[in-house]
Amino acid sequence: MTHEFLQNYWWLIMSVLGALLVFLLFVQGGQSMLINTKAKKRSLLINSLGRKWELTYTTLVTFGGAFFASFPLFYSTSFGGAYWLWILILFSFVIQAIAYEYRTKHGNVYGTRFYDTLLLINGVVGPVLLGVAVAGMFFGAEFTVGKGKILDAAIISQWGPQHGLEAIASWKNLLFGFMVFFLARTLASLYFINNINDKDVQKSQHKLLLFNALVFVVLFLATCAVILTSAGVDIDKGGTAMWKPYKYLDNYMQLWWALGALLFGVVMVLFGIGKTLMKKEWKCGIWWAGIGTVLVVMSLFWVLGYNHTAYYPSLLDVQSSLTLANSSSSEFTLRVMSYVSLLVPFVLAYIAYVWYKMDHTKLTEKEIKQAGEDEIY
Amino acid sequence: MSDLLMNVVDWSRAQFALTACYHWLFVPLTLGLGIIIGVMETIYYRTRDEKWLATTKFWMTLFGVNFAIGVATGIILEFEFGTNWSNYSWFVGDIFGAPLAIEGILAFFMESTFIAVMFFGWKKVSPKFHLAATWLTALGASISALWILVANAWMQYPTGMTFNPETMRNEMTDFWAVALSPMALNKVFHTVTSAWALSGAFVVGVCGWMLLKGRNRDHCMRSLKVGGWVGLIGIVLTSISGDTSAVTVAKHQPMKLAAMEGLYEGEPGQSIVAFGILNPAKEVGNGEDPFLFDISIPHGLAFLATHDFNAFVPGIEDILLGKSKDTTSFMTKPLSFEDRRERGKAAQHALAGFNDAVKAKDSVAMKQFRKEIDENFKYLGYTYLEEPTESVPNVPLTFYSFHFMVTIGGYLVLFFIVVLLLLYKPKWVPGKKKLQKFGYWLAIITIPLAYLCSMSGWIVAEVGRQPWTIQDLMPNKVAISDLSAGYVQVTFWIFAVVFTALLIADVSIICKQISKKSKTNLDVVETKK
Repeated sequence: MTHEFLQNYWWLIMSVLGALLVFLLFVQGGQSMLINTKAKKRSLLINSLGRKWELTYTTLVTFGGAFFASFPLFYSTSFGGAYWLWILILFSFVIQAIAYEYRTKHGNVYGTRFYDTLLLINGVVGPVLLGVAVAGMFFGAEFTVGKGKILDAAIISQWGPQHGLEAIASWKNLLFGFMVFFLARTLASLYFINNINDKDVQKSQHKLLLFNALVFVVLFLATCAVILTSAGVDIDKGGTAMWKPYKYLDNYMQLWWALGALLFGVVMVLFGIGKTLMKKEWKCGIWWAGIGTVLVVMSLFWVLGYNHTAYYPSLLDVQSSLTLANSSSSEFTLRVMSYVSLLVPFVLAYIAYVWYKMDHTKLTEKEIKQAGEDEIY
Repeated sequence: MSDLLMNVVDWSRAQFALTACYHWLFVPLTLGLGIIIGVMETIYYRTRDEKWLATTKFWMTLFGVNFAIGVATGIILEFEFGTNWSNYSWFVGDIFGAPLAIEGILAFFMESTFIAVMFFGWKKVSPKFHLAATWLTALGASISALWILVANAWMQYPTGMTFNPETMRNEMTDFWAVALSPMALNKVFHTVTSAWALSGAFVVGVCGWMLLKGRNRDHCMRSLKVGGWVGLIGIVLTSISGDTSAVTVAKHQPMKLAAMEGLYEGEPGQSIVAFGILNPAKEVGNGEDPFLFDISIPHGLAFLATHDFNAFVPGIEDILLGKSKDTTSFMTKPLSFEDRRERGKAAQHALAGFNDAVKAKDSVAMKQFRKEIDENFKYLGYTYLEEPTESVPNVPLTFYSFHFMVTIGGYLVLFFIVVLLLLYKPKWVPGKKKLQKFGYWLAIITIPLAYLCSMSGWIVAEVGRQPWTIQDLMPNKVAISDLSAGYVQVTFWIFAVVFTALLIADVSIICKQISKKSKTNLDVVETKK
């Protein structure tokens, strides 16, 4: 295994983790629907999501940890630079973690409404800002990197004074962010339809699905158009970086398997949504749309990092742009972690098994009523 | 470094300390209570005695409340390495990131998957599967602790790596040297077992309160048996690993050991301070007595640090001046602060030369500079320090925290022995109501003492290694991100307010749950029809 192979392998792992994270954002999408929902139905939705929230959370943490381990220069540059963006994302997840557990507990001090509001905030802020952060990898950010500065006690990654606020203000990034948000809401409706056995919830979620899916499709098409017409940073054989028009479109043309994953994923997502809307009794849409989402997101990661592309372009100094080659861990570290990554299929297998065991019988109002105080959120 | 930059360093340190302290308030209870619940459920599984199920569920409720806030406060820590310590993230990310990633893949998914079964799976999976889920959740928490402590230990004792001048960072060369370094093994063992002790104290304390109120005596007896034993085993193992930790610290972080003991000038057969009040007027090199008052045990520190009663233990001034009165093989060739700084500057100079040689494609010069870098790199961090005193940690904070930790640790050994003796020999205090009441109150008071003891341990570990983010290689003022002090100040206060609000809710819920459930019959499992 060469260093280059390991870098590509770890980018593949990152794409899998990133794709699973986007799929699991259905938890946040569901939380964003809690507003204007009656207490009983809200309880059903929250208890349905409450048994999955930790998976999303854990995937986010693992995604961060794996990025740190495999591409530490990105971790160093983006997190330290886009400070406000990442801090806001983190805050939104901090408040989520306790909200589920505390919302109905006696003595929770601030009342159930307060914790539901926290869930709502995480449901909106989380997906939008995570989308903004990923969009920055396509459209670039204002930073420079000089590894040698550390010798003079200076900081290797320098950013503009806004430290991530400028990324939130960028329309392209926001377009991407809201696309992710509406995808999360669409997936949430499909998840509720699959997971909750309640006529009222099914009915309301079918209605919401139609609206959210329509908005998502429009935003997705717009985002694709922007990405495919955008310039990216190409790295030549000598390692020199330069801006290249239509770089991502070009990557799709050259990487047929990435294009195949994109198209196949899109078809699966549309099929999952379409059939759910047309056949009310069909409840497997979440799996079709979920797997489709994973394929689409992976393909986006692939055109972002493969084919001699800088996956984090610098708008200030193109030579500072981050690539798989200049930002990765050493060959030794990547190899060690590759052995660990062999456990990932095993981890996915036990998650799937537990998910199956827990969701074998669908959630009902009766189950919530009969559950002990500690078995419900 | 400018004053402004120093401010960023201070605020970044304050923020990390704040978030780490809050996180550590909840982690030990998760680690230990997970084990305690696992034992209780195992007894239920083997006996099918519903009383044990009821007891298991009682503690599981408290576990869940505590677990959630532990998770919430933990996410910040991982990402803070990037947000506030970006130089650090690159300089050692090749080594430090790997344990974090492994922690995520191996531990976090295990915890997050099986905790759902633990709480919501009673009616959905078989008792055997449920028991497995409970143990896997506890195991996941312990594996998580293992990897993050391996990472922390590496910062205190960097090993298994080499510096690559081409990438300007440290790169891992020996994974097992990182994962199984003596510092890592001691830290993992000491920290995890201390968490068992804290959780044992928590269980005993809660039971003490219930017994004081005269509620659910049988439930309390069941809980005390498990909590008392886990606590005793925990604190005994903590004491043993504390001893080996001291030897490791003496070997690899002598300055930290000197600060722990308030030792400025060491002697062969150095005594240990059992109790002491530091002299506030004492400064490095001013000749003042370090103590206003102290009670010392002859040869104690020499034995603690080296397992040799007559060994020389260097003090702060010895280390700075490179003095040794060693008559054995311990610390044979000490380097003074100035010597270290010179060696560090030689490494810095060679690095600059190496970069020029790379540009000139001069392979002979590159090889020569590389050799110089390898010889001197381990002192690179000293080039960033301006005064020798910069390499001295906060002595009073380290000293008092260490002595508090040891005192309470000793008290906990006695406490758990007495708890178990009284549990198995209740006739020893027959009818002596006042004595019983005193015991219950003591159990309650022991909860905060155990928490303070645990927190003190971390203060010793982290304050005692200042100014280093990575021992001898990178002081914290070089490890930071390109941020203004104002930005970090704002987020510090946001964290302070949010985490305090969450802590208030957490404590309130736990107290309410204990109070409410103690009024129900905890010998039967509540069922709704």
